Amino acid sequence: MNAISPSLAKMHGRKVTVHYGPKQALFDVDLDVPERMVTALIGPSGCGKSTFLRCLNRMNDVIDGCKVGGEITLDGQDIYDQKLDVVMLRARIGMVFQKPNPFPKSIYDNVAYGPRIHGMAGTKGELDEIVRSSLEKAGLWNEVKERLDQPGTGLSGGQQQRLCIARAIAVSPEVILMDEPCSALDPIATAKIEELIDELRENFTIVIVTHSMQQAARVSQKTAFFHLGHLIEWGDTEQIFTSPKDERTQGYITGRFG
Amino acid sequence: MSDTSTQGIRRPDLSDGRIRRRYAAERRFRFYGMFAVGLAIAMLAVLLVSVCSKGYSAFYRTEIGLDVVLDPAVITPDGKKDADTLANADYQGLVKDTLKNAFPEVTSRADRKLLYALVSNGAGDTIRQAVLSDPSVIGSTKRFWVVAADDIDMLKKGFIKRDVAEAERVVPDSQISWFDKLAANNQIKTTFNSTFLSAGDSREPEQAGVLGALMGSIFTMLVTVLLALPLGVMSAIYLEEFAPKNRLTEIIEVNINNLAAVPSIVFGLLGLAVLLGVFGLPRSAPLVGGMVLALMTLPTIIIATRAALKAVPPSIREAAYGIGASSLQVVTHHVLPLATPGIMTGAIIGLARALGESAPLLMIGMVAFIVDVPHGPTDPATVLPVQIYLWADSPERAFVEKTSAGIMVLLAFLISMNAIAIFVRRRFERRW
Repeated sequence: MNAISPSLAKMHGRKVTVHYGPKQALFDVDLDVPERMVTALIGPSGCGKSTFLRCLNRMNDVIDGCKVGGEITLDGQDIYDQKLDVVMLRARIGMVFQKPNPFPKSIYDNVAYGPRIHGMAGTKGELDEIVRSSLEKAGLWNEVKERLDQPGTGLSGGQQQRLCIARAIAVSPEVILMDEPCSALDPIATAKIEELIDELRENFTIVIVTHSMQQAARVSQKTAFFHLGHLIEWGDTEQIFTSPKDERTQGYITGRFG
Repeated sequence: MSDTSTQGIRRPDLSDGRIRRRYAAERRFRFYGMFAVGLAIAMLAVLLVSVCSKGYSAFYRTEIGLDVVLDPAVITPDGKKDADTLANADYQGLVKDTLKNAFPEVTSRADRKLLYALVSNGAGDTIRQAVLSDPSVIGSTKRFWVVAADDIDMLKKGFIKRDVAEAERVVPDSQISWFDKLAANNQIKTTFNSTFLSAGDSREPEQAGVLGALMGSIFTMLVTVLLALPLGVMSAIYLEEFAPKNRLTEIIEVNINNLAAVPSIVFGLLGLAVLLGVFGLPRSAPLVGGMVLALMTLPTIIIATRAALKAVPPSIREAAYGIGASSLQVVTHHVLPLATPGIMTGAIIGLARALGESAPLLMIGMVAFIVDVPHGPTDPATVLPVQIYLWADSPERAFVEKTSAGIMVLLAFLISMNAIAIFVRRRFERRW
């Protein structure tokens, strides 16, 4: 495995295990997330890639009976430390979900919600600026600037997902986690999101779970392949897709199973 | 050869007969539904029509016009015109004198008594008010429209039939003849019955009003809402969103469900034993009634609120958590507003039941005969359903219309309460 130097890695996972009740979902996963790159997690359904993603911002805390073991660090700090405030952690690590889930509020309020609860804007003008720049970064501003007071749920699926991305980047997170963000979208909307991910890479560290190997190949610089709860192989995307070391990876990316 | 092909592959039966049967089944099913809805509407219509047709007459009353001589010798016997003297003068006596003078042919004591019984024994109040508001009228003769006695009112409204034999009739022939004479002189008229909406209960039907019970109901419901809604919603939120799922919370959940099925009179007994007996709270008070009804309503609200909270899609919670909202922020900013329509529906059901409840209130003394209109939740009071029961239990014919009119007031209260809840629900109704 081609380990990257610790200074480049934003997040480290060491011997991460996850149990859902009696069932173990992840086995000793060691994975580094390099800064300002897109890391793609691929693998067949139920392989634990989404579970691992949700460990990175402790979204598994919300699930009853879920136990996380091992160590995950953000900038060298253990995120499962008792003293660490999970709310602050999630402000630093944003998340975009599989199904677009805008709040049933206006487009403006969707984006402004995060900055509001984290006290990021002192005045209305500052808040307006955050909303505007977030929507611009998400490539949605030109489509919605005339109707910011309309409900976010009235947008199309692709627009809703970009609204969710705008909502996530409005709180200026350092890492953005994306859990199959395009699986509910049509190819055109998917292309837009992929383009967006490529642009966001300049400012954010991105981890994306995807079912589509083409998507992983298109957007990511690093790829990790999960199978049955184990991390089989990870490294540069090009290397994984052209010369995988493990035959299971080979089998998956060539479509023999999964 | 064709044998093998038909045996090998089973194809759907596309015959006309099957399609016809399916259509017929669907038509039948739709008919059952329409029949059920139609039946429900018809029942409701029958109920409303029968209540309203019996009760509307309570909203007007019969008045008798009398030219009363405001004799200073009766009103101010010692010549002083102070408020106390004016307030306590024998105005009923003036009314009786007027009647006596109008029918000089009535001489016997028994007949006079019947004659005086044409007017309500509250008739003097009309004159008292006029004199108190303007003492200068003393000495003059003025026409006053005084309230007729309830039996005369019933006669005028046609509920006491003239063709019934005198022995079986409450109003004797003599009273009918006097009434007819007054009517012939245009001394009988029908007006809006303001007393019904502005007075408390009374043994005299023409003086009985629904306001006392209405205020009692309002205070009781106020206490119930203020206790049951916050308590119920808070417990539901805690149980649903924050409490760990273990044995203890399971037992609590089962008990809440059981509590919803407890007969209401048991809550009344609890109120009697604990609230009145142990804590010594005032008897017959809306405060206690409201507390008892709140206990009764709590499980309904908790169950409805938990269902409403469960129905909020988890994606909304995840979205809020994902941006770094705290558990409290997730609940107050997102889950609760989205659950409000469901919570309001539960509250409507619970409170409507509490409003119509009488059994537990009997146990804590809200069935007492109370004339005064309550001014606060600790004043003795009764509530609309109990008042309706009390009137239904009274022998006077005039209370029949009061009973139905009381039901009309109760229904109006219920409808306005529901309207408020529906308004709140509409405001929070959002789609996602």
